[in-house]
Amino acid sequence: MSKGNLTRRGVLKTGAVAGAGLALPTYLSAAGHEGFTNAPTGSTVTLGFNVPQSGPYADEGADELRAYELAVEHLNGEGDGGMLNTFSSKALQGNGILGKKVEYVTGDTQTKSDAARASAKSMIEKDGAVMITGGSSSGVAVAVQALCQEAGVIFMAGLTHSNDTTGKDKRANGFRHFFNSYMSGAALAPVLAANYGTDRKAYHLTADYNWGYTTEEAIKSSTEAMGWETVAAVKTPLTQTDFSSYIAPVLQSGADTLVLNHYGGNMVNSLTNAVQFGLRDKQVNGKDFQIIVPLYSRLMAKGAGANVKGIFGSTNWHWSLQDEGSKAFVQSFGTKYGFPPSQAAHTCYVQALLYADAVERAGSFAPCAVVEALEGFEFDGMGNGKTLYRADDHQCFKDVLVVKGKENPSSEFDLLEIVEVTPVDQVTYAPDHPQFAGGALGSCNNGA
Amino acid sequence: MDAIILQILNGLDKGSAYALIALGLTLIFGTLGVVNFAHGALFMIGAFCAVTLSRLLSLSHEVAIPGQVDFLGNPATRDVPYVFDIFGEALGSSIIDWAVPLSILFAIPIMILVGVIMERGLIKHFYKRPHADQILVTFGLAIVLQEIIKYYYGANPIPTPAPEAFTGSFDFGALIGFEPNTIIYPYWRLVYFAFAAIIIGAVFAFLQFTTFGMVVRAGMADRETVGLLGINIDKRFTIMFGLAAAVAGLAGVMYTPINSPNYHMGMDFLVLSFVVVVVGGMGSLPGAVLAGFLLGILESFASMREVIDIIPGINQVIIYLVAIVILLTRPRGLMGRKGVMED
Repeated sequence: MSKGNLTRRGVLKTGAVAGAGLALPTYLSAAGHEGFTNAPTGSTVTLGFNVPQSGPYADEGADELRAYELAVEHLNGEGDGGMLNTFSSKALQGNGILGKKVEYVTGDTQTKSDAARASAKSMIEKDGAVMITGGSSSGVAVAVQALCQEAGVIFMAGLTHSNDTTGKDKRANGFRHFFNSYMSGAALAPVLAANYGTDRKAYHLTADYNWGYTTEEAIKSSTEAMGWETVAAVKTPLTQTDFSSYIAPVLQSGADTLVLNHYGGNMVNSLTNAVQFGLRDKQVNGKDFQIIVPLYSRLMAKGAGANVKGIFGSTNWHWSLQDEGSKAFVQSFGTKYGFPPSQAAHTCYVQALLYADAVERAGSFAPCAVVEALEGFEFDGMGNGKTLYRADDHQCFKDVLVVKGKENPSSEFDLLEIVEVTPVDQVTYAPDHPQFAGGALGSCNNGA
Repeated sequence: MDAIILQILNGLDKGSAYALIALGLTLIFGTLGVVNFAHGALFMIGAFCAVTLSRLLSLSHEVAIPGQVDFLGNPATRDVPYVFDIFGEALGSSIIDWAVPLSILFAIPIMILVGVIMERGLIKHFYKRPHADQILVTFGLAIVLQEIIKYYYGANPIPTPAPEAFTGSFDFGALIGFEPNTIIYPYWRLVYFAFAAIIIGAVFAFLQFTTFGMVVRAGMADRETVGLLGINIDKRFTIMFGLAAAVAGLAGVMYTPINSPNYHMGMDFLVLSFVVVVVGGMGSLPGAVLAGFLLGILESFASMREVIDIIPGINQVIIYLVAIVILLTRPRGLMGRKGVMED
């Protein structure tokens, strides 16, 4: 019949594809009523909690979600108020945000950048979320942060430790409370020097992705600065489960220290394998062999069982801290859920409160007003001591905890002990530090 | 030289796991003609049998510790396992300590049951369907099984240590005249290798020296004729499926002290095990075992720093590269028989 290239089906298909393409950018202006994306008009405001609900970090995501639910409760004046009672800013009254009751929707990042962007996009477009927060991976944080910048909503990052989130990939609409690779290196190095000396040969195993690279660089430069030598740095595939073939050559290299730039399942497996191979019982160069895990997560350390005992690392927060803010949060979380919160839960809870407080102080949900309220904001009473949200890169600057796997844990939660609280001055760096170079905040985007 | 010996040793236990999974895959493919993508999930379920038994053995009741408080300021309690009450603390703690080896006994009936249910309940409906359908349905089943495990056990790895007596490592290098500390090898990995060798030997002996095995082998060669002789070959093949499931399950049980099990561990092994089956030759049991060890050792060598420095990324692709080369030179795989998957 039709000999030409034009067929009815072809036309329909092309039309559908073109239509979909044209419809795509409309979300940028879809729900703008007051000059910014998703301006809340009724008596409620919707926040979007984008956390891993499936995939390997699902347990961490579940803890983040618990923290957000608790934060929403406290913002709406329910429960015991948690850290609202200890937070130095008193703008929040427990009557929602700007008098609007806080509601929330959740998305599943699956710890995949594309899935995380899709769920964030859906919460912004379909559910009218005015702010997106959460996540347990730097890849996801960077991807969602860029999306929020385009869409004109605020992004309050969850657990993300790569330098790039507030380094080369920073965005004006994005904020990070969690610490980063540089800070881990700066906090760990003096403790390592004090415990293991300044004459060490380190062997790095590094997860082959963005976070691994920035962590390796940070630990390398801060340990080399105090006299350590880096014998080798080997990249391991993210999908690796058995690390024996990477661990076994470590002793032959003449190294006396192994640095595991691994997180999550990678960390559990590489640490378990290293201990199985007896590295910690060995003596090299006349010194006891040591293992270091730069970023500790209590939730995941649990997977490594007794293998974490005595191993140094750093963490953003730990439930055993005795300041008023931490105690209030642990009490509140523990009473509701029956176990202490993780550092992921803590950073997410704090981010939700910080956002709400900024809106309250700004008197507006407009992203640019929120950005202005958060930039250079100094606060206390949130579990990390005095903290600054630096205007130059939207990174929080606060004390960093150096921790060690506990020798005699008294419970299944009591896995880490705090060795030192490294003061904020020691982990502060210039905004143009080489490890954070490239990229620019740009200007805030109200969307609409 | 010491580095080479070390990587051969490393390859042996990785190869043991590949070989055990591939052996089960080949058994199922050879008997039932089904490409079973849920086989990795059976390995994972086996591992979770060990997790379950160690949890069952550690079931405890709370006893208050006078004078101490927990993180919320409530009176602190201590968990006392019921086995302590029954057997006393010394025997009780060694029973918990030996949970993983004990799980072998626990896992065998469970795995056979899971295998038989899987075959009778789902897979038998797909015998006459194309391989693509079988792959889709078994892959779907694998995802369902792993989500069920995740629902009950969470997404984080669960530490399941080896008995105290087998933790730590020994200096293999010093034993064979190298400098001390150059070739060290964990005890449990040696146990794993020995265990794999015994299981593989037992499966071969079973097929070779029993009447049941003889019938199964005859069925693999010519199913119709065996059926015509009045033998219920279907029933035997169902049992073989259960047996293959048990082999994968035991591989999983014993693997738990090497890497803390999580819901995803089956998938991690599945793809590689298929490559192992194809390289070894579809339907060839010795081929599966040979290719399992071969690829395990090659993978270990490819992750040596010296090798990665010369060819970056080789550690991630070596297995597939070798598969391509072998299939180009020997299209039926190392020990594949004529006529299998060639119709």
